[in-house]
Amino acid sequence: MALKALMAVSGLIMIGYLLAHMYGNLKVFAGQASFDGYAEHLRTLGEPILPHAGLLWIIRVVLLAAVLGHAYSAFSLWSRAHKARGGSKRYQTSKSKLGVQRSYASFTLRWGGVVILLFVIFHLLHFTWNTIHPGGAADSPYVRVVNGFSVWWVVLAYTLAMVAVGFHLRHGMWSALTTLGANTSAIARHRLNLLAYAVAGVVTIGFLLPPYSILLGLVT
Amino acid sequence: MNITVRVWRQPHADAEGQMVSYEVPDVSEHMSFLEMLDVLNERLTMEGDDPIAFDHDCREGICGSCGVVINGVAHGPQQTTTCQLHMRSFADGAVIDIEPWRAEAFPVIKDLIVDRSAFDRIIQAGGFISAPTGTAPDAHAAPIPKNQADHAFDAATCIGCGACVAACPNGSAMLFTAAKITHLGMLPQGQPERDSRALGMVGQQDEEGFGGCTNIGECTAVCPKGIPLETISRLNRDLLGAMLHGSR
Ligand code: HEM
Ligand code: SF4
Ligand code: FES
Repeated sequence: MALKALMAVSGLIMIGYLLAHMYGNLKVFAGQASFDGYAEHLRTLGEPILPHAGLLWIIRVVLLAAVLGHAYSAFSLWSRAHKARGGSKRYQTSKSKLGVQRSYASFTLRWGGVVILLFVIFHLLHFTWNTIHPGGAADSPYVRVVNGFSVWWVVLAYTLAMVAVGFHLRHGMWSALTTLGANTSAIARHRLNLLAYAVAGVVTIGFLLPPYSILLGLVT
Repeated sequence: MNITVRVWRQPHADAEGQMVSYEVPDVSEHMSFLEMLDVLNERLTMEGDDPIAFDHDCREGICGSCGVVINGVAHGPQQTTTCQLHMRSFADGAVIDIEPWRAEAFPVIKDLIVDRSAFDRIIQAGGFISAPTGTAPDAHAAPIPKNQADHAFDAATCIGCGACVAACPNGSAMLFTAAKITHLGMLPQGQPERDSRALGMVGQQDEEGFGGCTNIGECTAVCPKGIPLETISRLNRDLLGAMLHGSR
């Protein structure tokens, strides 16, 4: 019963984080000093009330809890749904496989979520733990970003992942708000769907601007 | 018109089933879908075959017993009950696939008939109000604002057919349960048991093996009574409220 609420709340926490993270990434357009300064600023935020990098660690703990809660509820609801609908072979007919009105995004929610999970691991290895460095290693976060996104397959991987995120948020955001009780009328439904489209679009495009600008040589 | 139907035949609950084809010639386009099956069944009976078992009762769209999946869509191409669907909705020469509702909680009893008593148990778990009986209360004793009465009445039109479950990619019964929760929760008589109703009905729904709702909306698109998706959000608010109150 509470799994759906956990799914929705953890999803919304991650959406909040994604919006902030995307805004931070856009600082590459302001140059190396600004971007590296921002990375440093994240670590000093909240001082002296919090220790160095304190807020960052709080965010990391909350995010980790959100990811674990989200993945746990996703997989248990997935397996419950699979059983409830009567397995993978439900109807014999080959007609109406696409449903009556459902969106493409609603089909991609689960496997898209798995794609995002794999991507998040790759992304952490790349920029957070600095264990893999396509394009060349560096101390400056700015230089690492520019090096990484000069490699075509890195940009391709980010593109696929961000499109998956876009689809996931298109249905996920609408679904989370409905699960939390916000869909109160036909007008509210219309607004929630528009909001989900807007957030999905902003996140996808916002995250893809830096990689493409770097690949095309607009940012060096 | 002449059509071919491919029907799910399954002699009993534990038997293996399969799709079987039958030609049905000389169908009038004014026949209802069930009348077309009646004609076919008469012939099967004359030929000594077992007639196709399907549920039906009122044949006027109000009892909710006649649901089958037609060409992959619950109740077929029109948003109405199967008994209210007419053969004019199909083309001459069409091949029509007819299958029972599919859900873990709706096991097949025979051919197109499924056991929907899981719905009854969900209602028993909270889909009622407790009222002392006796003399009828004064008609104006409990005033109800018009728009609330309208919402309650719209939700109360659910006939418990189960199309929502059959159409839901998650095999969820949320639209059915939400319709009853909205119906009673909108009215003053439904208030005292609002929390226990939400917890009881949703708990029973999970216990019966229905899936969780991901707000895809296939249910409302096939619901013969047009129960709207908003009812599910109303259920969610009642459920979250009840969980926060920690009541039972
Ligand atoms: C960037 C991170 C992510 C965000 C912002 C996000 C957001 C959301 C939201 C808001 C929902 C809707 C919740 C609801 O239906 O009430 C959702 C659903 C879902 N998410 Fe995510 N998600 C993310 C990552 C993931 C990952 C890594 C997985 C991998 C397992 C995943 C799998 C799912 C699944 C399977 C559902 C549907 C669950 C169901 O059946 O109810 N998501 N997501
Ligand atoms: S909500 Fe609609 S589809 Fe579901 S049982 Fe009620 S009438 Fe049938
Ligand atoms: S037979 Fe009663 S609704 Fe169809």
